[in-house]
Amino acid sequence: MDRVIPLDLTRLTVRELNHFLHHQLPTGDAVRVEILNPNGMHNLAVGLDAPAEIDILGHAGYFIAGMNKRANVTVHGNVGWSVAENIMSGTVRVKGCASECAGASGHGGLLVIEEDASSRCGISLKGGDIVVVGSVGHMSAFMAQAGTLVVCGDAGGSLGDSLYEATIYVGGAIHSLGADAQEEPMTAADVARVSELLTKAGITRDAKSFKRVASKRSLYHWHADAGQEY
Amino acid sequence: MSEQIHREESFTFDRHVLDYIQQAAEHGLYDIRGLGAKRKLPTFDDLVFLTASASRYPLEGYREKCVSKTVLGTRFAKKPIELETPVTIAGMSFGALSANVKEALGRAATEIGTSTTTGDGGMTPEERQSSKTLVYQCLPSRYGFNPDDLRKANAIELVIGQGAKPGGGGMLLGQKVSERVAGMRTLPAGIDQRSACRHPDWTGPDDLTIKINELREITDWQVPIYVKMGATRVREDVKLAVKAGADVVVIDGMQGGTAATQQCFIEHAGIPTLAALPLAVQALEEMDVFGTVQLIISGGIRSGADVAKALALGADAVAIGQAVLMALGCNSSTYSHDGERIDATDDYHKLGTAPGYCHHCHTGRCPVGITTQAPELETRMTPEWGAKRLKNYLQVLTMELTTLARACGKSNVHHLEREDLVALTIEAAAMAKVPLAGTNWIPGL
Repeated sequence: MDRVIPLDLTRLTVRELNHFLHHQLPTGDAVRVEILNPNGMHNLAVGLDAPAEIDILGHAGYFIAGMNKRANVTVHGNVGWSVAENIMSGTVRVKGCASECAGASGHGGLLVIEEDASSRCGISLKGGDIVVVGSVGHMSAFMAQAGTLVVCGDAGGSLGDSLYEATIYVGGAIHSLGADAQEEPMTAADVARVSELLTKAGITRDAKSFKRVASKRSLYHWHADAGQEY
Repeated sequence: MSEQIHREESFTFDRHVLDYIQQAAEHGLYDIRGLGAKRKLPTFDDLVFLTASASRYPLEGYREKCVSKTVLGTRFAKKPIELETPVTIAGMSFGALSANVKEALGRAATEIGTSTTTGDGGMTPEERQSSKTLVYQCLPSRYGFNPDDLRKANAIELVIGQGAKPGGGGMLLGQKVSERVAGMRTLPAGIDQRSACRHPDWTGPDDLTIKINELREITDWQVPIYVKMGATRVREDVKLAVKAGADVVVIDGMQGGTAATQQCFIEHAGIPTLAALPLAVQALEEMDVFGTVQLIISGGIRSGADVAKALALGADAVAIGQAVLMALGCNSSTYSHDGERIDATDDYHKLGTAPGYCHHCHTGRCPVGITTQAPELETRMTPEWGAKRLKNYLQVLTMELTTLARACGKSNVHHLEREDLVALTIEAAAMAKVPLAGTNWIPGL
């Protein structure tokens, strides 16, 4: 059984919490940290670089688990802006909803939002994977460079605007596509990829029902006829 | 009897404007180029020092000590930056510059005791290894940005904008996106790459406060956090940066350079460095943090006299970019190879330009091997040669600075003050908020 370390934010400051997680986590044994009374606080469990299990028991604020490496962080509630921004590896799971910019600029690892995510989910994504069980807001995956965004519900307007090499899969309706994004046929490889990510996220869903969105690559070089509307 | 022709060039549509209109009509493209504003602007040249005479006591120019040590980031960081000179090297990306150049900057900065700065595209091992004090930029694109390099940095510079293109984002044209550059930025090689104009994970000043705190938490509050902005609404922007928790504010005036952006930004956005600096100082004074939050000014700084004037107006340090490249040979007619000077004029001509006029950084075909990723060109500027040149230049700037400070009777360059300056033009007097020479008149006050 994992050793559980409770850290109560009615008694600790955010600085003390992060200092502990950066420098005082026991090594060797399987460790699970429970962060109690987060009460919407920002910057919890940021900059982790250890194979720890972190449970945040309640709603949390901005930048939760920012730049995460190796750790598995679960938020038992909703989160504010930019959860798991610049995530490098490990897993961040939000049991509720996420506000804007979830997984922004993530390089690796997996972010799972079990309910909805607001606008710009996966903006500037650079290689990580994001699975949203609900829907995402407008401009999601804006300028996403690499990695995968899976949306089981609907996607808001301008999905994948100015997309580079990231791939988006949407199970529900797409309100509109952004500049240079296009819907493409699902291949067997796409179905396998969606199935793999859904399994990793712990979600049962028919991968064949998803739509694939990727870049037209028509904005990769400046040219006069592009109309400058992107 | 010869026919007399009356020629009158239009002021509104002069030859320069005609050429612009006809080029636009011919190609349907706007101009993209490198470096900074070329138009005539009020500069530090429009100020002069009232050095000591009977009413002030000078220090002996060579033998009496004049301190140039500069400390940045004293507000919140546990480890402020300590420099031997207030002349720092501005952020310029690997991608815009060759890896050789980035290494040369690090070597020269380390030798002279100052800092250098990364740029869009992340931190190269060469520049980290060669730089004793390295400032790591956190830019909107987040190309190559990662927590490992963040923790290796001696300071973090959160870039909101730059003087050459405030509000405009950035670009690196495909010619310069080599396999290595593309790999660091997680993009396909050879594409025209866009750097976003807004950060992906925060928007307004309240978010910025939380973002700064995130960076501090990740780095355990060890290193200073700078906030860099292009000079537009300087007074308001500086106040917001201070409120958000910046240790150091960096203001980049419109003469600041770039590797590539639209000419309409370079020449028509932002305000001159001379106008920006007093506004930034005013903001710090109004918030009662002058001296607590340090101020770095950049944008067209060229000489030790410029540095001295910037410090007298209230800056703690300056950052230089274009002048660094010029010290390395930018716009020189020759480059160095095995100790010989090789003529590069033909390569300038192939770009449609000539030494002294080149601003073709965006093409990646830099004739002197500075703003390039082409293997055959980047060997034209070796780290050893470049570091020596740049060290000499930084040394001259510091010597000129201390010489002027001594002549003003100051034993520390940071004791230079506004009272040491007067302006030669009404415009400069109004912008710098110092009297017009020979008067006690400061327009606007």
